[in-house]
Amino acid sequence: MTDYKMHLLICGGTGCKASESDEIKNRLNHYIEEFDLGDEVQVVTTGCFGFCEKGPIIKVLPDNTFYVQVAPADAEEIIKEHIVKGRPVGRLLYTDPNSAKHVSDSKGMDFYKKQIRIALKNCGFINPENIDEYIARDGYQALGKCLTEMSREEVIKEIKDSGLRGRGGGGFPTGLKWEITKNVENDQKYVVCNADEGDPGAFMDRSILEGDPHSVLEAMAICGYCIGADSGLIYIRAEYPLAIQRLKVAIKQAEEYGLIGNDILGTGFNFKLELRYGAGAFVCGEETALIHSMEGLRGEPTFKPPFPSVSGYMGKPTNVNNVETFANVPVIINKGAKWFSSIGTEKSKGTKVFALAGKINNVGLIEVPMGTTLREVIYDIGGGIKGGKEFKSVQTGGPSGGCLTKKHLDIPIDYDNLIAAGSMMGSGGMIVMDEDDCMVSIAKFYLDFTLEESCGKCTPCRVGNKRLHEILDKITEGKGEMEDINKLKELSWVIKDTALCGLGQTSPNPVLSTIANFENEYLAHVQEGKCPAGQCKSLLRYDIVEDLCTGCTLCFRNCPVGAITGERRQAHYIDQSLCIKCGACFEKCKFNAITLT
Amino acid sequence: MTKIKSMADLRKLKDEVQSKIKLRENSDNPEQVVQIKVGMATCGIASGAKNTMNYFIEELEQEAIDAVVTQTGCMGFCYAEPTVEVTLPNKEAVVFGNVGKEKVREIINVYIKRGELIDGIIPVNFRTIDE
Repeated sequence: MTDYKMHLLICGGTGCKASESDEIKNRLNHYIEEFDLGDEVQVVTTGCFGFCEKGPIIKVLPDNTFYVQVAPADAEEIIKEHIVKGRPVGRLLYTDPNSAKHVSDSKGMDFYKKQIRIALKNCGFINPENIDEYIARDGYQALGKCLTEMSREEVIKEIKDSGLRGRGGGGFPTGLKWEITKNVENDQKYVVCNADEGDPGAFMDRSILEGDPHSVLEAMAICGYCIGADSGLIYIRAEYPLAIQRLKVAIKQAEEYGLIGNDILGTGFNFKLELRYGAGAFVCGEETALIHSMEGLRGEPTFKPPFPSVSGYMGKPTNVNNVETFANVPVIINKGAKWFSSIGTEKSKGTKVFALAGKINNVGLIEVPMGTTLREVIYDIGGGIKGGKEFKSVQTGGPSGGCLTKKHLDIPIDYDNLIAAGSMMGSGGMIVMDEDDCMVSIAKFYLDFTLEESCGKCTPCRVGNKRLHEILDKITEGKGEMEDINKLKELSWVIKDTALCGLGQTSPNPVLSTIANFENEYLAHVQEGKCPAGQCKSLLRYDIVEDLCTGCTLCFRNCPVGAITGERRQAHYIDQSLCIKCGACFEKCKFNAITLT
Repeated sequence: MTKIKSMADLRKLKDEVQSKIKLRENSDNPEQVVQIKVGMATCGIASGAKNTMNYFIEELEQEAIDAVVTQTGCMGFCYAEPTVEVTLPNKEAVVFGNVGKEKVREIINVYIKRGELIDGIIPVNFRTIDE
């Protein structure tokens, strides 16, 4: 067994690769050879450290020295000084911005760890189908503590003091919701877990249910204890078969241990859990629609008030919380409200899980403290934009949210800041877009989704969104007029003011935010008939440059609609009225004689 | 399974399962157990984690390496699925990304057998609630 005494971990994330981490590795290996250290030191390329701002990064094991912004020219010094003589290279160490001191030992330091996992604490650590592994990591201790040591009021106060707000998007204070439901007198109450995750590109709740189902069950039982409910229902979409299976296993195991069921831990508290399946309608994430769907009725929202806390499932007081909200509860009880509220911003406490997707290098599931900036999420944790392209926009909040732009990169993420910026927290989808994305088309994409998912009950949403979509369609076809942009705005506000439920009230947000932040793109479509990102096919135009065309007939033979004409060995011509902008000629031409404008 | 009837029972069970896991981690005997966790959320499975897990089990058995292979949830590194965490006895856990068949062989031959790190490990970039 070769026993390397030291390892040099060099970041091979896309960002660091772009700043020559490969070359650094070569040079390190070169000097290792030169000093005959091949048997003692090994250089290893790693994935992204999530600290790209300071890349390229090298971490030395076993002493945990953390070098930042290393250049190929530094390789010699690192080997000569650090490896041979055992003296860390001071100038390459990370300088702590607060103390202005060099940090040499990264062990236990969190400066490059921008994420903190609370809701995801067990995801990827425990076997979700083994309750013992959950119990080994303090599982069901919080429930036990609540039942044996705390009154209902004390638990609710703890949740209120923690500052936890609903993670499903609205951000309503969780403790307050529990208190309201508790204070409604009734012989039967319900706890409902909303696992109807439907935003395009979002998978936070699925990951929690698949990785740590017991944390949700435990929190639901705690909630049941607080509000006085003996029944819990998990509303989950049938498209999540693995999450459903793991929940079933988890409920069965918890029942076998008596942690769910009658007389839990000998305290006389009863709590049972059942699953309810949704058919995948987006509107059923709205709590009144969700409740109707569980009752066997059409998944349509109804007017609030009465809120579900007063009259919900089967007309009984019902507390509805989202999966991620529940996943935070056991940790708050175990570690205390004070600990939890020390994380985050003034009005948004704790962390938020985001599903980071789109044109970004490190697509992934991340959990960051509230108050982290979009820049840190996109450029450090996310590793920057794919293919070195330019960042254009980030969409948060799904079809109800908005598109933020460069000028928003440094705002700290929390409920209130995102709303002030014209978007919203939403459930946590975060889709990054680059220079090749057309913002008008993006707005249209989200409206496509809303149109499909609108339940059709109220006119503003059913008809209004259809009209919005038609206008956007017209603009992307190049037939838009200036008046259309005003119409879009006016109609959007009417829909927001008059739609029945959250789906309709927020559906125009993608339109409004793209107009607010990318008005020039709308103007380019309308006034110049151009799509700056080159995405709107109708606005593209392929032309053959006569001087460059050799008349090889290749384009003519490849055109699927016969739009190209011309004699052999003479310049060809594209009939614009027949062209379907498929680009086949453009790709085939060997003489770069075809232009795209 | 016996029912847990009181808070004391629950604490006892917690201690029991914790020491069981600790024993596995800190075992000093020569037939030390290698622990392997495969990220098996929908996304991992879609990228081939089931095959990776099966392949690990088969290969380790053939090589007669004493190992526990379990499934776990999403580790969050979607860009590098399937992801696998390997814990050698008395060592810190290491996460490997993009673990297909070939990578499984490399992990077994180079990391598990010889204790050498290999390219493509994913550094821990988050804090846990215990820190």
